[in-house]
Amino acid sequence: MSAPLILLKGVTKSYTRGKQTVPIFERLDMTIPTQDFVAIMGPSGSGKTTLLNLLGGIDKPSGGEIVFDGKRMDNLDESRLAGFRAGNVGFIFQFYNLMPMLTASQNVELPLLLTKLGPKARGDRVKTALEIVGLSDRARHKPSELSGGQQQRVAIARAIVSDPKLLLCDEPTGDLDRETAGEILSMLQTLNRDLGKTIVMVTHDPEAARFAKRTLHLDKGHFSEKDLAA
Amino acid sequence: MTLIDLVRKNLFRKRLRTILTLVAIFVAFVIFGVLATFQNAINAGVEVAGADRLITVNRINFTLPMPLAYATRVAAVPGVARVAHAEWFGGYFQEPRNFLVAFAVDPKNYLDIYPEYIVPPAQREAFLRDKTSILVGKSVAEQFGWKAGDRLPLKSNIYTQKNGSDTWDFTIAGIVAGNEARVDTSFVMFHYQYLADTRSFGDGTTGWMILKTTDAKENARVMREVDALFANSAFETETKTEQAFNKAFAEQLGDLGFIVTMIVGAAFATILLIVGNTMMLTVRERTNEIAVMKTIGFTTQRIFGLVLGESMLLALIGGLLGIAFAWLISFAMAGPLSRFGPIAFSWDTAATAFVLMAVLGLLTGLIPAIRAMNTDIVTALGRK
Ligand SMILES: Nc1ncnc2c1ncn2[C@@H]1O[C@H](COP(=O)(O)OP(=O)(O)OP(=O)(O)O)[C@@H](O)[C@H]1O
Ligand SMILES: [Mg+2]
Repeated sequence: MSAPLILLKGVTKSYTRGKQTVPIFERLDMTIPTQDFVAIMGPSGSGKTTLLNLLGGIDKPSGGEIVFDGKRMDNLDESRLAGFRAGNVGFIFQFYNLMPMLTASQNVELPLLLTKLGPKARGDRVKTALEIVGLSDRARHKPSELSGGQQQRVAIARAIVSDPKLLLCDEPTGDLDRETAGEILSMLQTLNRDLGKTIVMVTHDPEAARFAKRTLHLDKGHFSEKDLAA
Repeated sequence: MTLIDLVRKNLFRKRLRTILTLVAIFVAFVIFGVLATFQNAINAGVEVAGADRLITVNRINFTLPMPLAYATRVAAVPGVARVAHAEWFGGYFQEPRNFLVAFAVDPKNYLDIYPEYIVPPAQREAFLRDKTSILVGKSVAEQFGWKAGDRLPLKSNIYTQKNGSDTWDFTIAGIVAGNEARVDTSFVMFHYQYLADTRSFGDGTTGWMILKTTDAKENARVMREVDALFANSAFETETKTEQAFNKAFAEQLGDLGFIVTMIVGAAFATILLIVGNTMMLTVRERTNEIAVMKTIGFTTQRIFGLVLGESMLLALIGGLLGIAFAWLISFAMAGPLSRFGPIAFSWDTAATAFVLMAVLGLLTGLIPAIRAMNTDIVTALGRK
């Protein structure tokens, strides 16, 4: 495998709830090579979403270091982190999280409003992204006019439109039937294999995890033994 | 799509709610526009007042008379260039409902002292020549459809004639226009001598005097000396600048400025609450979306700008429509309300309205924008 895209070095994360401090991770180490496709599994409350939030620069660790593409990112300030997310990470959620008042193509265009690209270039990018997810014919549809699977494909298009290196997916098929889930997972596989996207995917479903290159089991703040060997 | 499109699309998501909010803003700005226009009309007299003109009235009350002979004595005061006198006739046409601002004046001096009143030379000559002629202000002439040459019988709610008649017959000698739009022309004027010769009481008195000074710098001294002339007489006088006088006169209608401020203030306090509440609700409903936008990489400043932009756009659309409507209303008001002054929508009113729109947008958007800006992604998305 190639050079690491992400390194977690002794990452600690805890939440304070009232007077109590709830530890989630203690000294967590993790290496995600470029073009990896890793599935994260584990019981509810084990910290899977928290891990994705740390990787995506949405949340900050309480201690330790996170290195992305050779640069430390855990100590960036709020606006730099926003810039980091815009440039490097595509997010895919369980419930799609599309803007209801925007059409599919406008939803996909949203991240591009943060770039210096002109209308023409943005239009081309949106078109390409929608082609990749096979939804060119639904460009003018609002989310309410699309099925769950189609909405998730729009969300994928939105996640890849600014060509980030990393895709973070939190139970991307959790709300879909098996067949549609299979389509979405194959699509992620293609993005990983053909476009070289590094993907970290949280899932409860072992079937889904099989689409990944490897699976990590998170429990009680640590990855379980067998994964460390893998 | 641009960020502006995004703001616009957000604004019209809940169409009915947005339209109702817009209606509230619209109404507030119509109220503001109409009242401000009305207030301007009433204040117009203050603004166009000549700097070198003084008004002398009876000290006890400006509606009480003073001896006509005062005019001659005042003319002799150094610094007084010219003196005219005038008297309130309490005139109306046919019925008291058709009340007119009618002055009995000494014609030559009066017209000379008020250069802002424009009368065609031939009509002016005709007026000065004929003691029973009358000059009609343009807005009155338009209101009643009168023109030069018409016969005009007027009654008074103060005077009757010595011969028992209650009607004075006039011939309209001409029409008085203003040299600019805000000059009030909602009056008629006729010869003092005609009134003096025919009325059953009031011999040898007039209503007030208008003094033109040689220089506005002389005003203070002239005012003092004129009033000193008649101190301790049966008719003491009070002399003020025309501006001060017109202001005091406008305030006879009640402190209009205060009333207008109260009404407009109440209207704006109401929409501030309505719009502020709408914006707050809007942002609360979108917590999840805002979190998603932040996740995608929208900075806190951008989120702040988007929400504030939305409240600004809301205030701007409602405000501009309201002001446009007030502007249309000002045309409809111009006729019926001309007796209060020249009704014309002013750029000042539009500019003030614009400031109000900005303030409204800012105040109603600020707290929701800060709230949106501070949305915590982890908490907001974790709620699902
Ligand atoms: N903002 C927060 N404040 C306090 N505690 C939190 C917060 N977010 C998460 N936690 C706690 O951290 C732990 C891990 O949460 P996390 O959402 O990462 O779990 P998860 O593995 O994604 O669970 P699930 O499979 O149910 O999505 C939980 O015990 C949760 O209650
Ligand atoms: Mg989770």
